[in-house]
Amino acid sequence: MKKSNDKKASPWKSIKIGLLALLVMVIYAYGFQITEVNLEELRSEKRQTSLKRVTRALAKPDIIEYDQTEQIINFPIYIPCQADGTLPVAPGHAASDPFLIITPGCASPGETVQVEGFDFAPNVTGPVRFVPGSDVTNIVTLGRDVAETDNTGHFILSFKLPERPSEDVQYIRASLRKNVGSPHFTQTAKDTWEKIIETVFLALLATTFGTILAIPLSFLAARNLMKPVKSPLTSIALSMIGWPLGIYVGFIIVNWVGSMSTALHTNAWLALAVAILALVLVWMGIRWALPQAEVNSPGRLIRFLRLGVILLCVVVGFFGLFQFASLVMSVGKSLTLTLGPFGFLGNFFFQSGDIILVITSSLGALVAGGAVSSFLSRMGLQATEKLPAGGVKIINLILTPIAVATILVLLGQLIEWLYQIGKPFYTLWGPMITGVVLGLALAIFCKAKDALPTGMVIYYITRSVLNGLRSVEALVMAIVFVIAVGIGPFAGVMALGLHTIVSLAKLYSEQVESIMTGPLEAIQATGANRLQTIIYGVVPQIVPPYISYTMYRWDINVRMSTIIGFVGGGGIGFLLQQNINLLNYRGASAQMLAIAVVVASMDYISSVLREKTI
Amino acid sequence: MLQIRNLTKIYEGGVKALDDVSFDVPDGQFLAVIGLSGSGKSTLLRCINRLIEPTEGQILWNGEDITAASQEEMRRIRRKIGMVFQHFNLVHRSKVITNVLAGRLGYVNPAWSLMNRFPKEDLAKAFKQMERVGIADKAYQRADELSGGQQQRVGIARALMQDPELILADEPVASLDPVLAHSIMKHLEDINKQDGVSVLCSLHFLDIVHRYADYVIALNEGKLVYEGPPKDIDDQKFKDIYGRDAERVG
Ligand SMILES: Nc1ncnc2c1ncn2[C@@H]1O[C@H](COP(=O)(O)OP(=O)(O)O)[C@@H](O)[C@H]1O
Ligand SMILES: [Mg+2]
Repeated sequence: MKKSNDKKASPWKSIKIGLLALLVMVIYAYGFQITEVNLEELRSEKRQTSLKRVTRALAKPDIIEYDQTEQIINFPIYIPCQADGTLPVAPGHAASDPFLIITPGCASPGETVQVEGFDFAPNVTGPVRFVPGSDVTNIVTLGRDVAETDNTGHFILSFKLPERPSEDVQYIRASLRKNVGSPHFTQTAKDTWEKIIETVFLALLATTFGTILAIPLSFLAARNLMKPVKSPLTSIALSMIGWPLGIYVGFIIVNWVGSMSTALHTNAWLALAVAILALVLVWMGIRWALPQAEVNSPGRLIRFLRLGVILLCVVVGFFGLFQFASLVMSVGKSLTLTLGPFGFLGNFFFQSGDIILVITSSLGALVAGGAVSSFLSRMGLQATEKLPAGGVKIINLILTPIAVATILVLLGQLIEWLYQIGKPFYTLWGPMITGVVLGLALAIFCKAKDALPTGMVIYYITRSVLNGLRSVEALVMAIVFVIAVGIGPFAGVMALGLHTIVSLAKLYSEQVESIMTGPLEAIQATGANRLQTIIYGVVPQIVPPYISYTMYRWDINVRMSTIIGFVGGGGIGFLLQQNINLLNYRGASAQMLAIAVVVASMDYISSVLREKTI
Repeated sequence: MLQIRNLTKIYEGGVKALDDVSFDVPDGQFLAVIGLSGSGKSTLLRCINRLIEPTEGQILWNGEDITAASQEEMRRIRRKIGMVFQHFNLVHRSKVITNVLAGRLGYVNPAWSLMNRFPKEDLAKAFKQMERVGIADKAYQRADELSGGQQQRVGIARALMQDPELILADEPVASLDPVLAHSIMKHLEDINKQDGVSVLCSLHFLDIVHRYADYVIALNEGKLVYEGPPKDIDDQKFKDIYGRDAERVG
């Protein structure tokens, strides 16, 4: 019934198609207008000549050059001819030296004379110019023609005299350049090489850091892993309180440990000894506190002792890490001075030490935040399981307002810091009151023991942040980072790295979502906890797609890193842009060539690797 | 002793996969669960180790209520219940030995197992179990390089690693040819008779049920329609279980 109706050609349908075609035409016409499509311009004389010039320059990349010697010969000429008809005196020359003959010896301005050269080096080129004024050594020249000698060192050309009449004798100069010695790389080539290396490493670092951070994020953004994560309100509230509390406490403790470590750090050997000692202590502590297998769960005292030992281990571990970092830094510093051409290794050590120092503080704070929050949330879970519903409800009524208020106040303080509003009502009391009200409402309306879909909330938050950041181009991020950390490759690494994190996390999470669920279920059935299930059931399945996506991202990053320099993000783009702005197209051509070679070879390498791994 | 009391499972879409099911499994019994496909066999087995959350009812395991257990307690309960699957559910890209060792995950310390470290005794145990089911020589091959029968034996070895007191087998031989099916069933029988492990096994073919099971329960659209020894399934009961149009062969 409906089908037969569809098949019939109705006039209405034709009109619709016609209208559609018209609409499409209008859209494209408008597009032409605003993108200024104009072939007339391309055909204009001016464009043609500059196009020719640029294309020719691009065809000759500035890579190899010879050292040159110049043979400069000046020849006198009268412009216009003297009243008495005297001609300039030709300068004398030794028998084997090159010389010029100009006929006629005098001419009116604007006339053409014939310039002939003899005994120059064979097959060389160079400009023939007019030297105004009567000073032979004048470096200012007018007019230009190119002389090219044959294999006997002879050339002949017609030269148009400029409109520069003078009573005195003036000169025409031929300066022919001869290559000497063997070819060598130009300065441009050397600069290009240096920058292309920077470019490749920029891509490498961005890909590495991006991949490492994208992996955990991709789990949070995978629906199938997050859906089963549910926790009761008490546990959520406690973990919300636990995060800021833990971060604060962790930050203080780690900084205290750090300052202790700095106080102790006097010489490298001591630092080494302390770092090793810390490692051994931590190892022993962990061996004792985390036995490999346990059939019966241990008593309360033992568990407390273990917790204490683990905490101690963490503190000692951080102390060792600080010692290690400063050790690495001082070793790096001395290596930089002694290693000569391999000083970059020293610099690598120094910077790595610095990175460890910087990361350790924030890492410590985060670890503490995570630990306190998961400890509290576990307590919340146990309370929910053990206590009667009424008790849990009362706990919820107290904890939830505190938790929500804490989070909102922290957000408010962030806004205050960003925009400096200066009105505590909006950034402190307001959020606090809103938080208390919201928390109370939540505690009242949620059944005390209901498991809430925490996983899905985290999933949606992660997804939205990823999608939001992913829509920002890496180049735009680079501009922001250039402002934050200054012009240079570091800004490029940060921008590309961040973009890599968000786009890989998205791609990775889609892979996680498409894994086989059977093995997961089997691992779960053995009594494995969530983390074990991920390591044993999920990770083996996602390794191949993760590798291939990382390679794909590596390709993109190599391409991006070649242009990120346009906005100050380091790499070869900076040089390319500079040369284009200076109209040095031969230089630009060298850089374009380098980019093409690097992109093509990286492409090839990654495709080979991809074939090997899958 | 496993006791199922008034177990009901209603899926999110509203499908009632289990409807007020009650039965007991004494220690050491080989219990077959039969029924058409879609009758709720898989749902029943997965409710017992709570891979699926039951909607209502109780599951008592040595007197302890599994349905009320906390996450922490569930880990302790699950590690005593081995599970064998129709599609083997091995992690394909992992080695056989890793798949077998995964059976210990409920016992070992999570922190160590995350770094793929297992105690030496577990490693020895893994080889013992692989020998028992005859795949020790395949230990370092990738799981997906094995044939179906071999993969199912890896699945059994993995379950054995748990020192189980109960094995849930969800159509363990449905994807295997008849010869292999018997060899797998013999392994299960051996575990049941030698080690005294209770086995709850959902099965398709009645001849296998007759040959291996001590006791049978039958499900039809989530309801328990038969409970008794296999020899008591007569033509009338058969039609109750498999529907009016079913033909009994052999
Ligand atoms: N995850 C699920 N969501 C909704 N319905 C399901 C789900 N799993 C199974 N079912 C339904 O529950 C019923 C029982 O399924 P199942 O336990 O797999 O039966 P069997 O294993 O006997 O073939 C079927 O009608 C099936 O469609
Ligand atoms: Mg099934």
